[in-house]
Amino acid sequence: MIRVVLPFHLRMLANIDGTGVDLELSGPVTQRAVLDALEARYPMLRGTIRDQSTQERRPFLRFFACEQDLSHDPPDTPLPDAVASGGSPFLVVGAIAGG
Amino acid sequence: MSGVRVLVGTRKGAFILTSDEARQEWDVCGPHFAGWEIYHLKGSPLNPDRIYASQSSSWFGQTIQRSDDGGKSWEAVGNQFAYDGVPGTHQWYDGTQHPWDFTRVWHLEPSLHDPDTVYAGVEDAALFKSTDGGQSWSELSGLRQHETGHLWQPGAGGMCLHTILQDPGNPDRLYIAISAAGAFRTDDGGVSWTPINRGLRSNYIPDEDAEVGHCVHNLSLHPSRPDTLFMQKHWDVMRTDNAGEQWHEVSGDLPCDFGFPIQVHAHEPETVYVVPIKSDSEHFPPDGKLRVYRSRTGGNEWEALTNGLPQQDCYVNVLRDAMAVDTLDSCGVYFGTTGGQVYASADSGDNWQAIVRDLPAVVSIEVQTLP
Repeated sequence: MIRVVLPFHLRMLANIDGTGVDLELSGPVTQRAVLDALEARYPMLRGTIRDQSTQERRPFLRFFACEQDLSHDPPDTPLPDAVASGGSPFLVVGAIAGG
Repeated sequence: MSGVRVLVGTRKGAFILTSDEARQEWDVCGPHFAGWEIYHLKGSPLNPDRIYASQSSSWFGQTIQRSDDGGKSWEAVGNQFAYDGVPGTHQWYDGTQHPWDFTRVWHLEPSLHDPDTVYAGVEDAALFKSTDGGQSWSELSGLRQHETGHLWQPGAGGMCLHTILQDPGNPDRLYIAISAAGAFRTDDGGVSWTPINRGLRSNYIPDEDAEVGHCVHNLSLHPSRPDTLFMQKHWDVMRTDNAGEQWHEVSGDLPCDFGFPIQVHAHEPETVYVVPIKSDSEHFPPDGKLRVYRSRTGGNEWEALTNGLPQQDCYVNVLRDAMAVDTLDSCGVYFGTTGGQVYASADSGDNWQAIVRDLPAVVSIEVQTLP
């Protein structure tokens, strides 16, 4: 079971209670597999994390896990074992902004 | 009992304001989609309970929401706005060519003729159409692929298609406006387009009467006279009586002819409203006085409408999509400000009251007249 933590606005958009969702993946645990599974369960999130045509991550979002910034890793790179085993969450994080 | 529903898009969510026919007591509902930019909401003229909303964010991109119960509940529908084919380039701020790049939906225009058809005007400028209630979108690419497309350029707010008008008697005729390209018309349902900018003069472009490049801020028409359009341009208030073949200026005695929205009275085709703004360098009303100007002569002769509006120390702006009229017997006029106020007049603009004063900056206003 993969734990995916989402920013507030995406949880509101998808009507998700709590900080995120648990996803069951059958194959290799990669960014692409996690996001594919997330979008399959919550179609309203398509296009909000990655571009629907290019599949590129939206520029004001980052992917963190196990105290690492995985944002620039190729999407088919296996995620850390701790994420794959459900021990650590995969974090989708919005850039901070204030005024 | 009839009433009105005012749909308010703001920088931080949507609000729905409702009242009965008297339009004196208001219920304020919201924020919907709190924290998101809501550039525009608009209801179907064929099914008032169907409302579309453009929800966007610099972080999370574009989402389209649809309600089928008058805004009580919402469903995210299709949000894939893919340009047809390989998009070309348009002029960038520095004069170089820049690839077309989708940013957001500025304006949603539900069809007058089919409840499942809705148009979307987007940035970078293009027109999309859905025939399944917003679930999927296809570009009417003849517009973007017009031979002048490479000459279009963004204004400070981006290169946006912000205005879509339909001819009530001719489903194949649409008018659109782009900042900063100008106005265009199609007579074949969006397959081919004609620039309709003859008569416009803009001294901020090298050729001031060029075919394209004009920063048109807003267009409006009365349904009984679909060949007569009124235009608020970056500077100048303009009018055409032949579907855009030729425009002439009707700024007349306005204190300033810069502004953003323009609207036509629901029952008087020659009554027009604008909100003069001091200049493109100072986006606030002249003299700190918020005044709507009304012409009952189709332009040129204008009167200031001030009763109930702040007449000192007011430095808000009124954006291009932030003015609308209802169709009750005594025509209501509404506008929203960047200061978060929504003002309403139930008597064609003679008297105003603030429905609500402290919303986030108002981006758009639409009004539904309910049976």
